[in-house]
Amino acid sequence: MGVLSEKIVADIKALLSRYPSKQAVTLPALHMVQDELRCVPLEAIREIADLLDLAPSEVHDTMSFYGIFRDEQHKLGKTRLWVCRGLACAIRGGEDTLATLCDKLHVKPGGTTPDGQITVEFAECIGVCEGAPAVLIDDRGRPDVTPDKVDGLLAELRR
Amino acid sequence: MADFEPVLLRRILKNASPSLEAYRGDGGYKALEKALNTMTPQQVTQAVIDSKLRGRGGAGFPTGVKWTFLPKGHPGPIYLCINADESEPCTFNNRILMDQDPHQVIEGIILSSYAIGATTAYYYVRYEYGDATRATQKAIDECYAAGLLGKNIAGKQGFNLDIFVHRGAGAYICGEETGLIESLEGKRAWPRIKPPFPAVEGAFRKPTIVNNVETMACITHIVERGADWFRSIGVPPDPNNPRDNGSTGPKLFCISGHVNKPGVVELPMGLTVRDLLEKHGGGIWEGKKAKGAIPGGVSMGVIPDTEFDMRLDFNGPAKYGCLGLGTAAVTYFDQDTSIVDVLYNICRFFEHESCGQCTPCREGTGWMHKIVDRIRKGQGRYDDLKILEEVGDQIGITPGTTICGLADGAGWPVKLAVRKFRSEFESYIKNGKKTHSLTLVGAH
Repeated sequence: MGVLSEKIVADIKALLSRYPSKQAVTLPALHMVQDELRCVPLEAIREIADLLDLAPSEVHDTMSFYGIFRDEQHKLGKTRLWVCRGLACAIRGGEDTLATLCDKLHVKPGGTTPDGQITVEFAECIGVCEGAPAVLIDDRGRPDVTPDKVDGLLAELRR
Repeated sequence: MADFEPVLLRRILKNASPSLEAYRGDGGYKALEKALNTMTPQQVTQAVIDSKLRGRGGAGFPTGVKWTFLPKGHPGPIYLCINADESEPCTFNNRILMDQDPHQVIEGIILSSYAIGATTAYYYVRYEYGDATRATQKAIDECYAAGLLGKNIAGKQGFNLDIFVHRGAGAYICGEETGLIESLEGKRAWPRIKPPFPAVEGAFRKPTIVNNVETMACITHIVERGADWFRSIGVPPDPNNPRDNGSTGPKLFCISGHVNKPGVVELPMGLTVRDLLEKHGGGIWEGKKAKGAIPGGVSMGVIPDTEFDMRLDFNGPAKYGCLGLGTAAVTYFDQDTSIVDVLYNICRFFEHESCGQCTPCREGTGWMHKIVDRIRKGQGRYDDLKILEEVGDQIGITPGTTICGLADGAGWPVKLAVRKFRSEFESYIKNGKKTHSLTLVGAH
């Protein structure tokens, strides 16, 4: 038994017809695995490689290029909270928001709370500049998260 | 001159529903009907050439001309890639289009595919745009159900098209068109050496056109209203310069930073940085004065407020030494902002996002980040400004030391900031001034 669920295997296979090469399914497959397992274990890399007729090192090469994927040692919490540190957010207090979040949760950027609930990270510009300072909650943008709104946001995430 | 009436934002400004039904109710997919019933693919391409539309992704290359680089009579497949990896800091116009009026973009994609003979379009969306991705996928699903995608589209025998949304994974370099192609193919997004250009050999080694989201939305309106209409907006080409393509058509401008009204506005190109701030951005916040601005995404450079007469069109920014119009995303900062902090933020970004393929960029962006960091910590050296300018001048495709333009964009704000705000940098170095306005958390 592998680490990929039957559903993920079926979903990966279903995407093969969209592209002229199997390798093109690498990113979608990595996303599916990380969405379900909150990380991409080495065993999953081997299984993806098997499905796509690649060497595991090829899948790992792609995965390690993109900052978004986590290995088993750096598993994501239930919610991934990205705080934008792009210019538009930074000059409107984005870094203060990040500092406040890290202080309240006792984690460094990139870290996860011990209860596995929240991972805090910095993000390069997330494209919500009209609502600076902004954060991403997993992949949904949230505008106007000034330091004074951090408590409310955390309460909401922990509900 | 009468007030310009928004076209790209027309439905968004009235909070129209993004559904297919509502889009059709507003006259949507009329352009597609018109093209399929009355125009050949060559006529669509000719209309785009005549419109003088220049790509909205940053480089401003004439879209119709790009299409003509495809080999003639190619047996296919030909691919269209939609570049929705909008990652240039301070830029968010594509997100708004995809999120709130996805069919306008999809209609442009179908029209463009018809023109260039593509039967598959890959819609490459940056991962961070989750809501926009879902809105786009929903709109695509509606199109399949309504016969606007798939086989024999809208009853046109033999016109087939599939659009597949492909999510990125958080890398700025995927906005470079060959980086995007590599990423789409499932590899690290290392830009390719050109030539061959994608139109000759692109995705999966087949002829490929890569176009921006806003460019696609423009295509919809060019087909619907005609090239003459499009060309009548903005700045016409300079008749004395045969190489100038002008700055035609409606354009989305992103306004951000220390302004009262951040947001996206649609205007003809050619207005000044000052007008954009005062007439559309609500002026600088807290009653303060402006100190400067980033004219088109951070890679285009930086200007002081004394240069706010700069015109925002494809030729204007270069007259002030900037790299170009870029994404037309203008970020203003107030009088109390430290230029060293601003530059530090920009340098940190580029070091983080350099893909690492070319040594001058990989190392140069790191050097610039380190040097600006020590200046802001009061540990700058007298040679530092010279080194910054040297590195800024020597990395990129302009001097010919890198494969793609990321390094040009990394070096440009550095050399412009040092040249245009030299006394402030010198005051840090001479007096050991430090900056605390930005917290250091996350700076690693």
